Amino acid sequence: MPKSGQGTKGPMERRTLLQREETRELFIPVVAVALALVLGAVLVKLGGKSPVAAYSALVRGAFGGVGNLAETLINVTPLIFTGLAVAFSFRCGLFNIGAEGQLIMGQVASAWVGFALTGLPAFVHMPLALVAGVAAGAAWGAVPGYLKARLGVHEVINTIMMNYIALYLSHYLVIGPLKAPGPLPVTPTIAPAARLWRFLPPTRLHLGVVLAVAAVWLVYYVLFRTTLGYEIRAVGQNPEAARYGGISVRRNIVLAMVISGGLAGAAGAVQVLGLQYKFLDIFSFTGYGFDGIAVALLGRNHPLGVLAAACLFGTLARGAILMQSIARIPKEIIGIVQATIVLFVAADEIIRRFIAPRRKAAPAAAAQAALNGVEGGADHGA
Amino acid sequence: MVEMRGITVTFPGVVANDNVSIDVYPGEILALLGENGAGKTTLMNVLYGLYRPDRGEIRVRGKPVSIRDPNDAIRLGLGMVHQHFMLIPPFTVAENIVLGTEPVGAGGVLDMARAVRDVKDLSAKYGLAVDPGARVENISVGMQQRVEILKALYRGAEVLILDEPTAVLTPQEVDELAGIMRNLASQGKAIIFITHKLKEVMAISDRVTVLRRGKVVGTVPTRETTPEDLARMMVGRDVVLSVEKGPARTGDVVLRVEDIHVKSARGLPALRGVSFEVRAGEIVGIAGIEGNGQSELVEALTGLRKVSSGRISVGGIDITNRPPRDVITKGVGHIPEDRQRRGLVLNFSIAENLILERYHRPPFARGINLDFRAVRGYARKLISEFDVRTPSENVRVGALSGGNQQKVVVARELSLGPRLLIASQPTRGLDVGAIEFVHRRLVSQRDEGKAILLVSLELDEIMSLSDRILVLYEGRIVGSMKAEEATEQEIGFLMAGGRRGPAADAEMEAQAGMRAGGERDAKVGAGHEGAHGTAHLVAT
Repeated sequence: MPKSGQGTKGPMERRTLLQREETRELFIPVVAVALALVLGAVLVKLGGKSPVAAYSALVRGAFGGVGNLAETLINVTPLIFTGLAVAFSFRCGLFNIGAEGQLIMGQVASAWVGFALTGLPAFVHMPLALVAGVAAGAAWGAVPGYLKARLGVHEVINTIMMNYIALYLSHYLVIGPLKAPGPLPVTPTIAPAARLWRFLPPTRLHLGVVLAVAAVWLVYYVLFRTTLGYEIRAVGQNPEAARYGGISVRRNIVLAMVISGGLAGAAGAVQVLGLQYKFLDIFSFTGYGFDGIAVALLGRNHPLGVLAAACLFGTLARGAILMQSIARIPKEIIGIVQATIVLFVAADEIIRRFIAPRRKAAPAAAAQAALNGVEGGADHGA
Repeated sequence: MVEMRGITVTFPGVVANDNVSIDVYPGEILALLGENGAGKTTLMNVLYGLYRPDRGEIRVRGKPVSIRDPNDAIRLGLGMVHQHFMLIPPFTVAENIVLGTEPVGAGGVLDMARAVRDVKDLSAKYGLAVDPGARVENISVGMQQRVEILKALYRGAEVLILDEPTAVLTPQEVDELAGIMRNLASQGKAIIFITHKLKEVMAISDRVTVLRRGKVVGTVPTRETTPEDLARMMVGRDVVLSVEKGPARTGDVVLRVEDIHVKSARGLPALRGVSFEVRAGEIVGIAGIEGNGQSELVEALTGLRKVSSGRISVGGIDITNRPPRDVITKGVGHIPEDRQRRGLVLNFSIAENLILERYHRPPFARGINLDFRAVRGYARKLISEFDVRTPSENVRVGALSGGNQQKVVVARELSLGPRLLIASQPTRGLDVGAIEFVHRRLVSQRDEGKAILLVSLELDEIMSLSDRILVLYEGRIVGSMKAEEATEQEIGFLMAGGRRGPAADAEMEAQAGMRAGGERDAKVGAGHEGAHGTAHLVAT
């Protein structure tokens, strides 16, 4: 994370405030993760196995040795992008369920630019293929954004439908125009010049993870440091006040969906350019786009939260495979743990109700609000 | 009937109620008076079982009781009408009233006929005119409030707690409510009503308990006190209740509105040919009953709503149907009628809210970046200049009291240096101290030569601040007069449509403190855009 601590006096003050808010924001997700892990342990125990063995296998699977660590990071990379995509749209008050479709379009576009062009130097070809993936995702996000802004069509419906259009369009393309010779529904392999650098051989760890972390910083910067981010957050928090203040609500809705789609497209691009080297029709959704919703939720729509949540989900998914093969514990347990985390975070009232009252440190501002009789706890919504 | 002794409620860092004692007797109306944040609502929430006190005792009919939740409170005969109504809009009046305690007929079937009958009996007994068959979404705010009161009575309430019951009502509805409250008291109910409006305390209550910063300042019989005394008890210092202002020194025309027609959100004509002018250095007040086109007028002037015909210009520049940002840059400031819905982004900090209209301009914007140091510095300056009570400029605006929220809005709009300021209900929901503050600022803006358009439902406010008064009725300006020549009767007459007859008589009745009746509702309804189904009223 470059440049997170500016040295001057003003930003310092801001940071202490941020820190305080962040500790409050952290509370629910951390408790949710802890509770879910305990539940996972109980399930393992009920199945007659040792929870200690299970979790130690999981930790070894995720972090044991450079190879495992690299694979874990490879798992984390697309989740960071899709998590950011969903979080960004959330910040504008939009629920982008379409990260999956935007990711597919990103894959297809990157693969196409990757194999169709030849003879370009790497410093041109690779960025070009990457930009193609981002642009395709952005275009896929722009459609529901435009429909929402112009006609008021709800983005949830449209992004879901766009997912299926992307899925079937990609089927068609890999058995038709973009198909490689041979029996498989797959595009030709991309040119070496289009590939992301694998910087830690013999592992498959590629430049995508660096790009993902850079995207975290970029999204943070855009949201909290630029006038564009101010507009997007204002529209997300109170579109009526934004309009009153002279901000174009429509423009920001479209823009937020374009950026969100671009981030999801980047997830697809790095998968193709760093890992697969081709677009392969797997006949179903990859799941990264949908997991991105969970990641954004757990990360409280904050870029840093998304980074942490993506690391957690990527680690769990990677560790689960090893847990299954070493400790002979079904990896579905981890699926349950992940689902439980999402449940607790989404229904944070559960945690608030049973744990939060015993906490003593509610800030004076909240008490002031209660004093005024305005929205005691209701202001956590939206 | 009810005694609360030594109630203490602490929130972390704040003592909301400090050793508070009150009592109320059958047949009595007790006003609980205090500024926002004085602890009135907290105290009533304790009584209604929504908060547990740290210390203190509650007695109902002499017996100590423990009220753990609203169900306990209801069982003890306590009923509460919240400031924001808890009604289900698509349900009928009768359905809402019986909700949760529905009469059940044979075979567990809901006996709606009995429910309607019960509601009719109840409304006749207490003189609360409602139409049991009307859907709540189609009835006036005044009638919704009567439904809330009936809901409490249906559950056997002997003690009624009304939280800021007049905040959402038109002046006529307030009079009507006063009649209802007196009627209920005369039938032996005890009533506690929370307010920060002195005029209502004086007009309605028998006794007043004044709270300040969580403590009881005193309890006095209403008859033995004056608004000035009460204001002093409430604020802790002398308060200027009337607005001091010199004669207006008017200049050129700033705002010119020529024959504008505007449609409401529902597509109905809201303004039907409105023309007027506002000059520099004067306050022009728009009087009228809610729903006669005030909101649409303000929205049209600020670019938030399209006009279908007509012309609006500011300082000679045409701003008709220009987007809000263009209107702002032409020098129009706007204090919106609903600060929480439109005026502020509640989850943004004070600093972020203060730049809502100018974040895109230097010194706050530098290229694509926001200069947060400039933003915070600017916020600190305005916070001290406008006396916003907050620990820092980074506090979420939603955590401020209503008065301080409004100060943030006022600070932002005045700091734009507008040549025209449109203030729409600028003191709605504010306490005495904050109202005084806003009024002084408006007058000083006028004296600096700004043109000010004041839209308010509070006739007192219009009369005391304005230099000229226009009366808006059903989307037309039906009267225009100099403030010093205007009388309350004349304006009230024009606000109600200017027709002498039963409606105006009903108004007189209300002022004389008579019981509520159907005619008055018909009048209020006539003032409303929709005239919601008032024909089906149950007569008293």
